[in-house]
Amino acid sequence: MFRRIGRGALAAAAAAILLSGCGSPGGSGDGADVIKIGVSAPITGDIAALGQSTRNAAEMAAEEVNAAGGINVGGKKLKVRMIIEDDQNDQVQTANVFQKLIHQDQVVAIIGSMSSKATNAGAPIAEEAKVPTISPWATNPEVTQDKPYVFRACFIDPFQGYVAAKFAREQLGAQRAAVLYDVASDYNKGLAEVFRQEFEKMGGTITAYETYTTQDKDFSAQLTKIKATHPEVLFLPNYFNEVPLQVQQARKLGLNVTFLGGDGWDSPKLVELGGADMEGTYFTNHYTPTADSSAVKEFVEKYKAKYGQVPDAAAALTYDAARILFQAIERAGSLGRDQIRDAIAATEGFQGVTGTITYAGKNDPVKPAVVLKIEGGEFRYETTVNP
Amino acid sequence: MAIFIQQLLNALQLGGIYALIALGYTMVYGVLKLINFAHGDIFMAGAFIGFFLATYLKLPFVATLLGSMVLTALLGVTVERVAYRPLREAGAPRMSLVITALGVGLFLENFTRATVGAEPRNFPRLLETAAWDLGGVALTSLQFLIIGTALALMLALRYLVRHTLVGKAMRAVADNPEILGLMGVNVDRIIIFTFVLGSTLAAAGGILYAQAYPVLDPYMGIVVGWKAFIAAVVGGIGLIDGAMLGGVILGSTEVFVAAYLPSTYRDGIAFAILILVLLLRPTGLLGRPVVKKV
Repeated sequence: MFRRIGRGALAAAAAAILLSGCGSPGGSGDGADVIKIGVSAPITGDIAALGQSTRNAAEMAAEEVNAAGGINVGGKKLKVRMIIEDDQNDQVQTANVFQKLIHQDQVVAIIGSMSSKATNAGAPIAEEAKVPTISPWATNPEVTQDKPYVFRACFIDPFQGYVAAKFAREQLGAQRAAVLYDVASDYNKGLAEVFRQEFEKMGGTITAYETYTTQDKDFSAQLTKIKATHPEVLFLPNYFNEVPLQVQQARKLGLNVTFLGGDGWDSPKLVELGGADMEGTYFTNHYTPTADSSAVKEFVEKYKAKYGQVPDAAAALTYDAARILFQAIERAGSLGRDQIRDAIAATEGFQGVTGTITYAGKNDPVKPAVVLKIEGGEFRYETTVNP
Repeated sequence: MAIFIQQLLNALQLGGIYALIALGYTMVYGVLKLINFAHGDIFMAGAFIGFFLATYLKLPFVATLLGSMVLTALLGVTVERVAYRPLREAGAPRMSLVITALGVGLFLENFTRATVGAEPRNFPRLLETAAWDLGGVALTSLQFLIIGTALALMLALRYLVRHTLVGKAMRAVADNPEILGLMGVNVDRIIIFTFVLGSTLAAAGGILYAQAYPVLDPYMGIVVGWKAFIAAVVGGIGLIDGAMLGGVILGSTEVFVAAYLPSTYRDGIAFAILILVLLLRPTGLLGRPVVKKV
């Protein structure tokens, strides 16, 4: 009941905001010589650390382009202004932020939100208003489906299954692989399925395909079964809070294989929880600050100098999303939303921090993934796998 | 064959864990006829207390175990004093106590999440686990410790309940608390003792569990608590041997279903078997049918 009153009050407030927005058409007075870009970031809430990175990277990208004089739009240099709003990684809040950015601030494009959950709440609003949107971090395939105006800067979940299979076959030279995954989670299931298909397509054999459910702590039965099939690689497309238990129990049972995972492993907690047992394992990821590329080194140095910390994947992807957008606006030569949308879709060979990005007319980019190895308790860059 | 023996060991380890926690359910139920649904969360609290003792005070295994047992017992007694006793004294129906127990469990989960945080914690390895490889069967000293502790505690509890004065008093409380009170026995004290015992068992279970599965989070007690409760019921709730038997049966069904059938069906088949057991023996495997006299 209380909640219902809360929603009503919120709707009333939103309506008031909309009305006041209509009162002064065109938004603020400096609208003519500034390009307004909205950013929907989870600055507070359960993934607040990630939201801070998003804000930092968006601000940094804007400062850089403004320091260079701005974006050249049809012969006129225009400065960029980022309007950054906190969506708290909450669906209702994200919808409000998108409404505000589109109708009150009248931005030309939006970067955000980060999680698939929040983006799924905001993206339909942007789609309806035909405002080009790039989510840096939403990896769920559904986010961009049937939404021509919604793009992403990251690869989609299942792609990592392909990358892991290719790495296991070509770099590790594995012929036999086993899989253990959480059957109750879409992310894990999707990755496991793609890995199995791709590994078999590449001529390998899947010796065991075992499952468990979220909250399980004992994997001994499945691991004993897996051990009996003599795999060379065990693919664990699961989250960082469960993987250490799986690797530890596997080692205790004498399962001598190479362990492999996806970006669900990407947390300092992985090594904290797993300790020495995690040594020599591999996982795929969007980006690594230790990558051997000049674009990454330059970005990491600038970010560190400005914010005093090493940029995470969310920062790198936000930075790429912003620069893809800047380039698209320049190529479009206008601030028309349709022209910008078409220009993003036509992006080809964009040299980003997270690799070379091409959209080829689609809304999901074609881009590489990196493979990291855990060595000395740290994530070391191992190789880049191209699609 | 080696695989079968390995799976048997896996089953005994998992069953031992379930049995340890099931003993706590059964003790409290045996005396108070209260299903203490907060027990899984007291188990979690025991593991977290152990985590703090071992991580920040750098205590060794035995000191961590004893320290956690004492502090968790205090927690159990506090819960009894604050949440259960007022209801008992007011003569509230048994259902109210069960609902209160659920509430206490939710409180403990969320209090831990609010103070300690929801992120998973690593329980330090306090015991050097020796591992052997016998013809393809991997043995660890931890497996023996878990199975051994569960057995030892079961025997100790049996002795306590059957052959000591306090055990006699506990059985008397189970039988008829009003008359026992009229005879001059301090019933509250016996009930407190029961909670001390139950919480101590939960703490011991929590510490051993954390050695085997060293990732802690505020919600770790929920699923394990359910399963231990089911184990206690299958064995015959209120019966000490029943908790042990139920734990081993539940652990074995889970492991062997996953071992010889597609692991996706594990919980489904394991629990279907347990429902079947209860259909055939509604009071549990070791439970005797209750005759109600009118």
